[in-house]
Amino acid sequence: MMMKASQRDGIPGRGSHRRLWTVVTACGLLLAVAILISLRYGSTTLSVRVLYDAIFHYTPSREQLILTTLRLPRVVVTVLVGANLGVAGALMQAITRNSLASPSVFGLNAGAAFAVVCMTMLLPGLSAAWRVYGAFAGALGTAVLVYALSHMIRWGKIELNMTLVGVTVQAFLAVGTQAMLIFNESKTEQLLFWLAGSVVGNRTYEASVLAIWSLPGLAAAAWLSRSVSVLGLGDELARGLGQRVRLLRGAALAVVVVLAGVSVSIAGPIGFVGLIVPHMARYILGLDYRRIIPASALLGALLLTLADIGSRWISFPGETPVGIVTALLGTPFFIYLARRRRTGQ
Amino acid sequence: MTEAMRKEQGRDLSNVQLTAERRRGSRQQWLVLLGLASTLLLVALLSLVLGAISIPPAEMAAVLLGHGNPDYRAILLDYRLARVLIGALIGAGLSVAGTVIQTLLRNPLASPGTLGITAGAGLGAVMVALLLPASMAGMMSPAAMVGGAAVALAIYFIAYRGGIDPIRLALVGVAMGAFCSAGIDLILLRGSANLATALVWLTGSLWGRGWSELFGLLPWIGVLLPVVWRLALQLDLLQLGEAAAQGLGMRVAAIRLLLFCAVVGLAGASVSAAGTIGFVGLISPHMARLLVGGRHRILLPTAALCGSSLVLAADLCGRLLRPPLEIPAGLIISAVGAPFFIYLLWRVSRKRR
Repeated sequence: MMMKASQRDGIPGRGSHRRLWTVVTACGLLLAVAILISLRYGSTTLSVRVLYDAIFHYTPSREQLILTTLRLPRVVVTVLVGANLGVAGALMQAITRNSLASPSVFGLNAGAAFAVVCMTMLLPGLSAAWRVYGAFAGALGTAVLVYALSHMIRWGKIELNMTLVGVTVQAFLAVGTQAMLIFNESKTEQLLFWLAGSVVGNRTYEASVLAIWSLPGLAAAAWLSRSVSVLGLGDELARGLGQRVRLLRGAALAVVVVLAGVSVSIAGPIGFVGLIVPHMARYILGLDYRRIIPASALLGALLLTLADIGSRWISFPGETPVGIVTALLGTPFFIYLARRRRTGQ
Repeated sequence: MTEAMRKEQGRDLSNVQLTAERRRGSRQQWLVLLGLASTLLLVALLSLVLGAISIPPAEMAAVLLGHGNPDYRAILLDYRLARVLIGALIGAGLSVAGTVIQTLLRNPLASPGTLGITAGAGLGAVMVALLLPASMAGMMSPAAMVGGAAVALAIYFIAYRGGIDPIRLALVGVAMGAFCSAGIDLILLRGSANLATALVWLTGSLWGRGWSELFGLLPWIGVLLPVVWRLALQLDLLQLGEAAAQGLGMRVAAIRLLLFCAVVGLAGASVSAAGTIGFVGLISPHMARLLVGGRHRILLPTAALCGSSLVLAADLCGRLLRPPLEIPAGLIISAVGAPFFIYLLWRVSRKRR
């Protein structure tokens, strides 16, 4: 029975390639449609004509300016953040071999949030542009701290130590954040919006920073995907199969830090994508990370883009943080996938 | 197969596997347990004595014997005693719930939060606090209990597919938890006069808890802790994996459902009494495991004592740090518990190398 399940769940067989391509094409098409919708609708609706003209006859009219300076960067940020978080989550689950792991387990979200809240409370004069750097520094610092601490503990399995230390550090930082929010109530409401995760108000600059970091990161993740699958078998077996386990885990972690760190610093802590999207990919395509990683990228981008569209409508004309909508939209879909599995038995 | 035979088999297996370890370790384990119990007692006494008004120990003894200064009497009996008892009970409840969940799901990252109980309870409480008029604030605890239980049951039924697969249960739990948290955020973002109350509740605090909360909490903890402890052997077997447990004659599905319900009761009651003090349920099982190892018969009481001491110590610190202000116990637990846990990990790893 185990064999049967694993065969159907996609240890690569000839038949399942078609499935991969079907899924990739379907997701790609849906994503394209979602991007178009996201570009067109908002507080002003742009006609298809404007979209067409913006590409082929660019004139700085009001509509085209809205499109190129507001909508387009926002879509780019949304798609990239979604893809980054999905991939980072998949990598994280592989290297910790824990299906409940996500980039936030490594303290990345908590670190970034803590740094941003600290900056807002302690250095109120600083402009919002510094928020990106502060958040990235916070995420990076936390990741380094967790890595160092977990290597100090030379007992038991490294992946277990890493998860435990990560969760602990995360809880510590979360408390710091919460304490500051409780004791400085006047600034709480503006921060709550960022803390729930949001892609509003990003301009060309943020989009280009994000792209510069994410595209190499995503490529590296794709390149690592084959070895990462082997890591899922356990350290010893992976070593026996010729993987340099320590190096591999370090490299994968670095990729996670880059992808998730840059995402959280631009869009705030969006927790759901990194945890649930890899499992969606796994339910659809099976256990092979060569499929899970690209599929997680696509699904993450799709989910976040849809959530971003939804976030403009829930309390129109106000906006709802995209992190909230992601969980509201993603949970039913995930539950559908989780229940659908193994119905045939 | 009769119940007795089944039990006997379980005992045999644990005997074979663990005799050596047990002989060496059992004395040390009892010492650890004793140490923790005296720590708990000490912290409990300190939290009775210390506070915004310190009560001399002699006066406290007098009050406990039935006479003494009426002011002290009021402070001790009306406020501090109930609060200390609640703290000890929720610490034990959350830790035991956490231990059981980590074994049930066979995942070290699991905690009462994983099964969506905390988020469900939080959603219930926040709805009452922010959406209903302020006069309904007393309904927060019942609403939290109902919310937590409803979400946990929903998770169980959604994850049920001709049986319960631990990974699916955990994932559905996490997804539902995220769903509820999104709901909480959505409500918080609307902003309201009660925002601070809701935030403090979400962090967990023992402020203003009295006898009525204690009597709401006591039956749940008092009944469910012994039930779970009775199932310690079954928990040991579940840790070996479903197939092994089944092979040894355990009714895995039934036991699992029973344990699941016990966890929901324990965690739901604790959370509704004091808000979402989340970190205890995650960390004190690991502390206990570092101290006494993985056998549930000793692990469960150790975890319970760890949790109680943590909650009481955190509450005490929260009251003493800036006297008129109270810092929520949930905050202090993570702030103090986190470094302590890492220290413990490091210390134990050095000893065993």
